[in-house]
Amino acid sequence: MPAPTRTLERPPGAQEPGGPATGGRGPGGSGGGEQTAVPATTPARIAVWLLVGAITALFAAFTSTYLVRRGEADWRVGPLPPILWLTTAIILASSIALQQARRHGQRAAMTGLRIWLVVTTLLGLAFLAGQLLAWRQLVATGIYLATNPHSSFFYLLTGAHGLHLAGGIGALLYAVRRAPAAATASAALDVTDPVATYWHFLTGLWVYLFVILYAI
Amino acid sequence: MAEIPAPTGERRTGRLLATLIVVMIVLGGVGMTLLARRHWWMLPVASAHGVDVDRLIYTTFAVTGIVFVLVHLLIAGFVWRYGAHGTGRAAYWHDDRTLELTYTLVPAAVLVTLISMGAVVWARVHSPAPADATVVEVRAEQFGWLFRYPGPDGIFGRVDPALISPPGKPGNPMGLDPADPASADDIVTRELHLAVNRPVRVRIRSKDVIHSFFIPAFRVKQDAVPGMTVEIWFTPTQEGSYEIACAQLCGIGHYIMRGKVTVESEEAVLTWLAQQSH
Amino acid sequence: MAVAHGAVHEEHRLGFIRRYIFSQDHKIIGIQYMMTSLFMAAVGGVLAMLIRMELGWPGGHWGVARWLFPGGFSSDGVLKPDFYLAVVTMHGSIMIFFVLTTALSGGFGNFLIPLTIGARDMAFPFLNMLSYWLYPPAIVVLLSSFFVAGGAPNSGWTAYPPLSALRNAAPGSGLGQTLWLVSLAILIVSFLFGSLNYITTVLQLRTRGMSMGRMPLVTWAQFTTAILMLLSFPVLFAAVVMLLFDRHLGTSFFVPSGLVVGGQLVTHQGGNPLLWQHLFWFLGHPEVYVLILPPMGIVSEILAVHGRKPIFGYKAMVASICAIAFLSFLVWGHHMIVSGMNPLVGTAFMVTTLAIAIPSAIKTFNWVATLWRARIHFTPAMLFAIGFVSLFITGGLTGIFLGSPAVDTYFHDTFFIVAHFHFVMASAALFGLFGGLYHWFPKMFGRMMDERLGKMHFWLTFVGIYATFFPMHFLGMAGEPRRYYSPQMYDFLRGLAGLNMFVSVAAFGLGLAQLIFIYNFLRSLFRGPKAERNPWHANTLEWQTESPPPHGNWGAILPTVHRWPYDYSVPDAMDDFIPQTVPAAAVPVAGGALDDGLQGGAVDEPPVAGSERT
Repeated sequence: MPAPTRTLERPPGAQEPGGPATGGRGPGGSGGGEQTAVPATTPARIAVWLLVGAITALFAAFTSTYLVRRGEADWRVGPLPPILWLTTAIILASSIALQQARRHGQRAAMTGLRIWLVVTTLLGLAFLAGQLLAWRQLVATGIYLATNPHSSFFYLLTGAHGLHLAGGIGALLYAVRRAPAAATASAALDVTDPVATYWHFLTGLWVYLFVILYAI
Repeated sequence: MAEIPAPTGERRTGRLLATLIVVMIVLGGVGMTLLARRHWWMLPVASAHGVDVDRLIYTTFAVTGIVFVLVHLLIAGFVWRYGAHGTGRAAYWHDDRTLELTYTLVPAAVLVTLISMGAVVWARVHSPAPADATVVEVRAEQFGWLFRYPGPDGIFGRVDPALISPPGKPGNPMGLDPADPASADDIVTRELHLAVNRPVRVRIRSKDVIHSFFIPAFRVKQDAVPGMTVEIWFTPTQEGSYEIACAQLCGIGHYIMRGKVTVESEEAVLTWLAQQSH
Repeated sequence: MAVAHGAVHEEHRLGFIRRYIFSQDHKIIGIQYMMTSLFMAAVGGVLAMLIRMELGWPGGHWGVARWLFPGGFSSDGVLKPDFYLAVVTMHGSIMIFFVLTTALSGGFGNFLIPLTIGARDMAFPFLNMLSYWLYPPAIVVLLSSFFVAGGAPNSGWTAYPPLSALRNAAPGSGLGQTLWLVSLAILIVSFLFGSLNYITTVLQLRTRGMSMGRMPLVTWAQFTTAILMLLSFPVLFAAVVMLLFDRHLGTSFFVPSGLVVGGQLVTHQGGNPLLWQHLFWFLGHPEVYVLILPPMGIVSEILAVHGRKPIFGYKAMVASICAIAFLSFLVWGHHMIVSGMNPLVGTAFMVTTLAIAIPSAIKTFNWVATLWRARIHFTPAMLFAIGFVSLFITGGLTGIFLGSPAVDTYFHDTFFIVAHFHFVMASAALFGLFGGLYHWFPKMFGRMMDERLGKMHFWLTFVGIYATFFPMHFLGMAGEPRRYYSPQMYDFLRGLAGLNMFVSVAAFGLGLAQLIFIYNFLRSLFRGPKAERNPWHANTLEWQTESPPPHGNWGAILPTVHRWPYDYSVPDAMDDFIPQTVPAAAVPVAGGALDDGLQGGAVDEPPVAGSERT
């Protein structure tokens, strides 16, 4: 046998994984009690980006058919329910609130984290209520799902976005319960950050939808 | 540690597999192709583009056939030769830049050649129709074909789906709008007659679902998409009677959607048209 | 390590239901996926027999079959045309979505990914369980369409509107079509949960030393497939939702104005049927690679293990998997050459389509090169792997015809296409599935399958596949369109009756040969001899644990990886395999110390050309 000079080399980047059979993370992750934690990669952080990718593909499919359809001769854009300006402002505000929450989380200021998460959730609910009002405003003017191609796409896109946002509110509620209860800043961020990624994505998605539905 | 169960019979199995590959795949494949050439082959080509398409098919056939035979012979050879036997070891050989580059670049070169040839034929098939082309409309429906000639004015009159007469009743199967003067001399038929050696532009529409206008002898196929009018052109070169098939699943009568196209002299077409237009 | 002990304890606490039915263990879930898929394969196979029955003897009388499917046959035992189309549609849908995707990704993916990367389980075990448990409801919804008014859908697995959108366009376009769409939507959600899990697991849970460059090709293939699924299935989901809206809520995404169906003017207006085709094939083509990439990985593994030789060109293999995955998103238009798209677009798709042939060719030649100077053990797994290579070549070469638009125009929707994809996608994927099952059966169930029966199964299946599908090329050459209830209505198809009969007889033989597999599989499950940990003397991690692996996979300590997975027949080493867990210095050598040249295999990356001993 040759001299054991090269045993157990540890390749860069490889980390001891945690056993999902019992949950929890391995020693490779963060775990210290530092005030400003460097966000470590957790399964949830990766998964949320994959989820964002899948939802992007979904909306790319919806909106590419929309953009093709819009190019045809008989296309007419329906009226813009004025409340959509308000809901757009609300969802932008909710993203700002969520950033406030993360900022508190980074400093392990759990009370502030909880308050801002609750604010974000309330703004999200307000956004959903506003979208429902927008539907009612359109219905009141006699524009239904099947009235014309633009209205079909309007209800489809806002509906699909709303459903995803409702899922986001569920995630926020989870974060409201779990994040401020976490022992450390980094543990709190491990809960908050994936939710924030998803929520900001939905904000961006709404702005995109709003623009292609009415502006361009 | 012991070797994997003593390699008895491995060579025998390998030789059986090699023989099977050579006999069934190589000889069987080539033999069946020769047999098919006589019994189950493309109809004799009867259009101008069809000749180009056939040449492309034969070229591709030759190239892929050679690769098919060679690669299978190679596999058969390896399988014959390298069945586990004795105590020899496999070669610890897993990279060879030159070899890998060769079998990347050679297929790439062959494919680029085929792409270029294909692009030329495709561009020719879809080039603008010659100025002397006649025009005819094909409208597919569940389950049959309807043809319309524009008549002496050369203009197709307006159609309105609401005016289409119910199935089984004569009258206005195409839904011609009598309010449009251009529709007065349109001739609607259940058969297609084309002049030999005269390019023809075919405007393809559908009344209900997607169909596909397929004339095997002309190597012509084009989907009839409801809501769209797709125009193709081709030149029949052989007089005779040919079948039109539907090539896109359109419902339970898909398999009976048979149409007929007759290619004859220019005069014969005119005579026939005159009989239809009363 | 506390983790493992916890896992073992947890397993003991779980009752039968939590352990074997609503299990969160990736191995159980993988086996559940596999078993359910094999059941669906039997359903899809019976449907295939019905198709061949009708095409071999159009309008024939089949009293026995009438007893099995009372609604599908007229009183004198003739298969009805609408039932024929329902059978064609369901055969395609079941085989593609409910058998091959679920068995290869759901089955092997679940079972192998954590085991081959040295993880204890998936990153999200609960999501994994949910992913499986969406699959049976999808099956129930799908199969129930046979029993509703109008029967199963008639519009083919591609479900082109308006045929699939308008209720009176075909008998099966009623409730049956709706159930089909709903079933697909459920299954897509299941696939998305699965692929999300696979990608996260591979990125996050690789054990110490398992760099991406040391992952076995089977894991690379599963990883790439998961990315494909994650990005393509949402597009089909969008299409399904829009079609459901068109059917039930009066929208007009895919239905244009001015249609007259069944003598009635359709009220929809302003849609475009081609949009469905674009969305469908944007999924549809990556889906083809979702079916073929996992078998490619499986076959690479089997060729190396049973050939006792490193896979040739590991890096090129990984690169071509990635290239195929990327290009598969750019080729969907070649399914739409005659759809009425702009011809220039057709040219663009021709270029991308033939470009994807290059990585496929590289993989093929690498497999062939792996056989050169190998020491081949012709186990059933190896036979199926070599069969796969042959089928992939045959199907791949006919693909070159179809990539050229002018040629495709003639062959589109004829039996040539049917022959092509049954070789390259269906049979090849099936051979990957069989090869994988023969190879990993000992690991899955802790018992060996019978070799003699396995070989018999291979010989009959291999001959059966070629006898069934090779003549179909000539049916297509002669112009026989697919999805025809009977080819006898046309003069130009009359001469094909004999060939069709031959194909049908071969197909029946092929179907019967699968009974051998079913018998062997079930018998080995209960009576097979107990398998050792590593019956094939393989290097990858899954073979270094017990057969079957315990809950948590690895006992107390996670394995550590020291080398790439293909150190077979390393010169001077004592055994002809060196598992990935063996440190470089610990290789037992036959004649003294290993010299440095050899240890190319031991550092992070696999050895590159020139670094090995010459």
